[in-house]
Amino acid sequence: MTSEERLVHMANQIATNLATDAAPVTAVADHIQTFWDPRMKRMIFAHGSDGLSPVAAAAIRLLADAQNGG
Amino acid sequence: MTYQPQKNFGTPESRSDEAVSLTIDGREVTVPAGTSVMRAAAEQGTSIPKLCATDSVKSYGSCRLCLVEIDGRRGTPASCATPVEPGMVVRTQTPQLAKLRKGVMELYISDHPLDCLTCAANGDCELQDQAGAVGLRDVRYDVQATHLGQDKDHSNPYFDFDPSKCIACSRCIRACDEVQGTLALTMEGRGWDSKISAGFASDNFMGSECVSCGACVQACPTATLVEKKVVEVGTPERSVVTTCAYCGVGCTFRAEMRGEQLVRMVPCKDGKANRGHSCVKGRFAWGYAQHQERILKPMIRKSISDPWREVEWDEAFAYTASELKRISEKYGRNALGGITSSRCTNEETFLVQKLVRAGFGNNNVDTCARVCHSPTGYGLKTTFGTSAGTQDFDSVEDSDVILIIGANPTDGHPVFASRMKRRLRGQDGRPGAKLIVIDPRRTDIVRSPHIEAQHHLPLRPGTNVAVLTAMAHVIVTEGLANEAFVRERCDWDEYSHWAEFVSQARNSPENLQPVTLIDAEELRAAARLYATGGNGAIYYGLGVTEHSQGSSTVMAIANLAMATGNIGRRGVGVNPLRGQNNVQGACDMGSFPHELAGYRHISDNKARSLFENDWGVTLDPEPGLRIPNMLDAAVDGVFKALYCQGEDILQSDPNTAHVSAGLAAMECVIVHDLFLNETANYAHIFLPGSTFLEKNGTFTNAERRIQPVRKVMTPMNGLEDWEVTQKLAQAMGLNWNYSHPSEIMDEIARLTPTFAGVSFVRLDEAGSLQWPVTADAPDGSPIMHIDGFVRGKGKFVVTDYVPTDEKTGPRFPLLLTTGRILSQYNVGAQTRRTENVAWHPEDLLEIHPVDAEDRGVKSGDWVKLASRAGETTLRATVTDRVAPGVVYTTFHHAVTQANVVTTDFSDWATNCPEYKVTAVQISASNGPTEWQEEYEALSTRSRRVETGIAAE
Ligand code: SF4
Ligand code: SF4
Ligand code: SF4
Ligand code: FES
Repeated sequence: MTSEERLVHMANQIATNLATDAAPVTAVADHIQTFWDPRMKRMIFAHGSDGLSPVAAAAIRLLADAQNGG
Repeated sequence: MTYQPQKNFGTPESRSDEAVSLTIDGREVTVPAGTSVMRAAAEQGTSIPKLCATDSVKSYGSCRLCLVEIDGRRGTPASCATPVEPGMVVRTQTPQLAKLRKGVMELYISDHPLDCLTCAANGDCELQDQAGAVGLRDVRYDVQATHLGQDKDHSNPYFDFDPSKCIACSRCIRACDEVQGTLALTMEGRGWDSKISAGFASDNFMGSECVSCGACVQACPTATLVEKKVVEVGTPERSVVTTCAYCGVGCTFRAEMRGEQLVRMVPCKDGKANRGHSCVKGRFAWGYAQHQERILKPMIRKSISDPWREVEWDEAFAYTASELKRISEKYGRNALGGITSSRCTNEETFLVQKLVRAGFGNNNVDTCARVCHSPTGYGLKTTFGTSAGTQDFDSVEDSDVILIIGANPTDGHPVFASRMKRRLRGQDGRPGAKLIVIDPRRTDIVRSPHIEAQHHLPLRPGTNVAVLTAMAHVIVTEGLANEAFVRERCDWDEYSHWAEFVSQARNSPENLQPVTLIDAEELRAAARLYATGGNGAIYYGLGVTEHSQGSSTVMAIANLAMATGNIGRRGVGVNPLRGQNNVQGACDMGSFPHELAGYRHISDNKARSLFENDWGVTLDPEPGLRIPNMLDAAVDGVFKALYCQGEDILQSDPNTAHVSAGLAAMECVIVHDLFLNETANYAHIFLPGSTFLEKNGTFTNAERRIQPVRKVMTPMNGLEDWEVTQKLAQAMGLNWNYSHPSEIMDEIARLTPTFAGVSFVRLDEAGSLQWPVTADAPDGSPIMHIDGFVRGKGKFVVTDYVPTDEKTGPRFPLLLTTGRILSQYNVGAQTRRTENVAWHPEDLLEIHPVDAEDRGVKSGDWVKLASRAGETTLRATVTDRVAPGVVYTTFHHAVTQANVVTTDFSDWATNCPEYKVTAVQISASNGPTEWQEEYEALSTRSRRVETGIAAE
């Protein structure tokens, strides 16, 4: 697995496990914001939504927008 | 300080609240009801002669040396077996008693060799003392040679058994039964003919059930059972109280010394974690501290293909600092990182993370707890609000139902296991606690002397969440939840959401049986027992955390405890059993990349500015890299330098091939350790470390107990580990000037609210303190969440079972799970360098008879163990301890390297590796794999030292 593939795998795994949360997209975004280092975040933002589950992809978009927005 | 044996009160302490007053030799004394006359006298300072009584075990009343006279009673009762009564008037010294005692002593001495002057216990022998105490001057009987002239048993590597010196007091038997709970010893014959035996007459200690805990040696009043080291060097002349450096139980020991030489480690009766007990590791396996393979001089080299070159400390620090600066300038500050150790002290760990955050200028610091208990941190913080177990060890005495999941306490946490077993056996007419074990293997505690688990659920590895959810299903749908507790203490809406989820038919035990392989009725019965059996306590270990759903499992456990109201008092709770000695401490000290000391997120401006002001630096508000992320970044070419203190990530972390690729891609790997460990094969700088005997500091055990570690000898390498980190920081230009670890603790206390009341002075006074230690709880907090959860309301989290991505299939049809055994510790760097290898010379693969037969494998055969990640060879042992379809091994030996086969799947929340589930295939083999051979060659090459003797 390359690092990028691993990040996709991790993001999907987080999304699957938080699927039962009341607000899964925010929960996944929060989780990544709290635990991933800046380079990992940059890599997943740059990666696009390929291979990401819908919740994971939405969470990463949310996070990326929040960072770009300020 | 001259040598003083620990005070012996003769019989155990009574826990009664009722006080009784009596008069002994004309002086009044008040003691708890149930205390023996002997103990009451001892508390008052009067020592009554005794031989068969000792305060670690119940009295037996066989030697008749402790006779006393009591007003209004006929005869001379044995004081060890007579409980105090109000108004009793006791006399311990009268001419009649003196005569009787002399007579008893004469009988004993007439059957005892009179070689006191050359005996190993000379000066530390109770028989000798008591002969003196009763004024024995001559022996009128002919020598009756019942015990004399027997062969010694030298089979145990740490202690000898000389039956000729035995006085048949049975203290050893009772210690093995009551304190250790192994029941290895028996008495053969009767009266003066009685002889102690380890099982069958033909058995020696090594061949018996004995686990070498040392309790019998401790209890023996004579030199019959004596440490080999005492025979070799003589009796100790002083002692220092310190803490075991092996496991998370954190036993208190007296290091008994002769000069700078350690004679023996003796468990301390005042130790609050161990209450006078020990296991083979802490008691005996400290020989590694002086092992010839220890590296005592710093070494450096340009490339890992070069031999090592020994240098002086100054050169080592200057070179290390210049390398780190060079890399930081060339690749940016984020190319640097550090790993703290769960084996080192709190103070040392705190300094390493401070060096990374304040010196390297990033948050790339992690700890080996990443690979063991990081899910505990995440799970318990989310649900309860604090990343720690809820109880002290004493709490188990009040449990009615004990649920063990994914832990093997008799091997991993032996001293706590003995305390747990005592509760399981029941005592003094009180029935034993009930036991539920959830584990793929039939661990020893499932069935051991006088203990039989009510329920053993041998689940399929990787289905913990499914099993716990099914238990929750039973508890909620059968109306067994403690709703009053939940309403008062937890968020009701979250509870309702959770209860609705677990109640769904898809979560019933019947529906999940095909997944978990657990009989639904058995699971229902276990759930009912936990919910309704009284005080229910959950103990768990790495079998919970080291899964792709490790964090979910921890939360599922917390859900169960909250739903049944089993939180906030003695006897209940959620208790992670920590692996290494200072896992709790390493986590507390801010070793995780996203957290400062005391579990405050690095993005928390208030917490961060506290540290920034104290340290005079600006800290990065973004979380840093975790160990697996560091290795990925290294393979990507952006992570270049690693300071690794006291950890052997190459051997202990999963997917060895990936770890070695990461390490090989770095330009500066600094290993700070006792030995040239496996990681050091890829290191450029080696900084020699010091042992726990050579430094001051504190460890924090699994019950949040902060305990002093005290220096008993000068570091052979010249510096304590905290000094090494400080000098490295100074070489990098940081202005650090600690003159003692106590000053580091003062800084920790200043910056960490839960440690506010901790200092070395307070620890010396109290012996130990359980955090939080605050203004509200100046003496610490044995039990947490008493009146409410730390986070406010307890949080129920829905944990849906998600199968792991590691799947069996035609190529890899078996599931491998890994663990540890009693005599070895972690990667074995220490225990492999002691006599403990006598018990575990190699890692073995446990395989079920059916699977073995399918593959033509017999016990003792070499087999190849292959997974998608890699392959290795080891020998098999065929046993039905493991279920069909499951194989099991340990990872204590570098040659086996079980982690060559483990994958890099990990916990979804924390990246804690999924050690406990790997799909594998087993086949016959006739020798080491290519990897093993190549690695062997690399190790030999890599361990060459230019000057002096070869290192290993
Ligand atoms: S060393 Fe421990 S296990 Fe062995 S016989 Fe003595 S008390 Fe029992
Ligand atoms: S071996 Fe020691 S403790 Fe055991 S019966 Fe003999 S003298 Fe007593
Ligand atoms: S139980 Fe753990 S802390 Fe206690 S002596 Fe054994 S290894 Fe040391
Ligand atoms: S000490 Fe009381 S009978 Fe032996």
